[in-house]
Amino acid sequence: MSFIEIENLTKDFGEFRALNGVSFQLEEGKTAAIIGSSGCGKSTFLRCLNMLETPTEARLRIGDKEVRFSNGQTLGKEREAFGFRREMAMVFQSFDLFPHMTALQNVALAPNKVRKLPRKQAEQQALQLLDRMGLRAKAGSYPTQLSGGQQQRVAIARALAMEPKVLLFDEATSALDPELVGEVLDVMKVLAQDGRTMIVVTHELHFARDVADVLIYFDKGQIAEIGPPAELLANPKTDRLKSFLTRYNHVLAN
Amino acid sequence: MGYEYDWSVVLEPSLWLDAIYITLVYGLGTTFVGLVLGLVLGLILISSFAPGRWLVQLFIGVFRCTPALIQIVWFYYAFPIVLGVNLPAWLAAGCGLTFYMAAFSAEIFRGGVQSIDARQWSACRSLCMSYWQTMRYVILPQTFRRMTPAIVNQAIIQFKNTSLLSVVAVHDLMYTANTLTAQTYRPLEVLTFAAVIYMLMIWPLASLTNRYERRTNERLL
Repeated sequence: MSFIEIENLTKDFGEFRALNGVSFQLEEGKTAAIIGSSGCGKSTFLRCLNMLETPTEARLRIGDKEVRFSNGQTLGKEREAFGFRREMAMVFQSFDLFPHMTALQNVALAPNKVRKLPRKQAEQQALQLLDRMGLRAKAGSYPTQLSGGQQQRVAIARALAMEPKVLLFDEATSALDPELVGEVLDVMKVLAQDGRTMIVVTHELHFARDVADVLIYFDKGQIAEIGPPAELLANPKTDRLKSFLTRYNHVLAN
Repeated sequence: MGYEYDWSVVLEPSLWLDAIYITLVYGLGTTFVGLVLGLVLGLILISSFAPGRWLVQLFIGVFRCTPALIQIVWFYYAFPIVLGVNLPAWLAAGCGLTFYMAAFSAEIFRGGVQSIDARQWSACRSLCMSYWQTMRYVILPQTFRRMTPAIVNQAIIQFKNTSLLSVVAVHDLMYTANTLTAQTYRPLEVLTFAAVIYMLMIWPLASLTNRYERRTNERLL
């Protein structure tokens, strides 16, 4: 049995069907990269998985935690939904740090309030995580005093502090200046190599090819192609993926 | 053009000190209680509890759209008659102004909370924080900073509105000035003096909060 199992995930926004029966499985410790043009539903997929949007229909399972949705309603108890969400943490495109808190406070808040770690302990853990992100010296800085790359690394530390079983990245480098993309991708690469289970929505085909175990091409709210990254990128089967990839030819060539 | 100023009529410190005390107590008291009440009303206003929202909207409608003067008089004279409740005079006098402040600050709170980027809520949800944890640790602290200018503005208006209390015989600055005018027939000197006292009280309060605001903003911008 796979570690993550997503079955028939469907999401309607009024008349518009953003996700159309997506099913997909991932083994523990693997990284899945999701690519696709904007509006294809890849971000909605992540947001549904994290229950930031309520799926219209779905059965979602991570490990032994499962939630079901029908007709836009969560079936089962609130506590089960909480338990399911607790298994993962998301890193957002726009970082979304808390601007009134220092980097350290940003990372320590949820462990202190949600995991009920004593504050001292939460801050100690936060400091260790910031250290791993190469940001120990910035622990006392406010988000506005940090570069985009530094902010995103704080956001990754914030997600890790909840000790999630799965990490979700929603275009984590898309809002960064080109010269800052590398430092965030490097951190993500290390996490993948450490055996973290990750689902990464990205435009960085390099990263997808070198780091991901599975590559998923989303089109019109469905998984159009799925497979080992090298294979998918070298021999796309659908015309849509072919034309999608031609836009990235120059990136993959070198 | 020979008006002869006679400032000696205002030189009675004990009279003014009592009046300043009363004005300060009502100014600070009704502002503070009004703010706390406004926060509660504001939270109801953005809640998903529809009947609560309607009641608060009605409350705000009534107290924002009627003159503070009428509210004060109404609570002092009409309230005991209509509802058969006898409030102590000092409390009845403060009720109108408190609710007036609450109505305005509830709207300021609501606007402040709703001006916070929705993505802050997503981030908190993703971290499994509850509605109240998100409100308490992430949304409200940002809201408070953002709405300080509007609240200071409202507090200044509130402070000056305490002068309306003189109509229900609260011995505040305005009442004292009126009494003194009646005794001395020197409205020019007396009112000018009273105005200066109001200004000396409010100006430092306002500039103090402005300075605080500048300091916190330096970090956030």
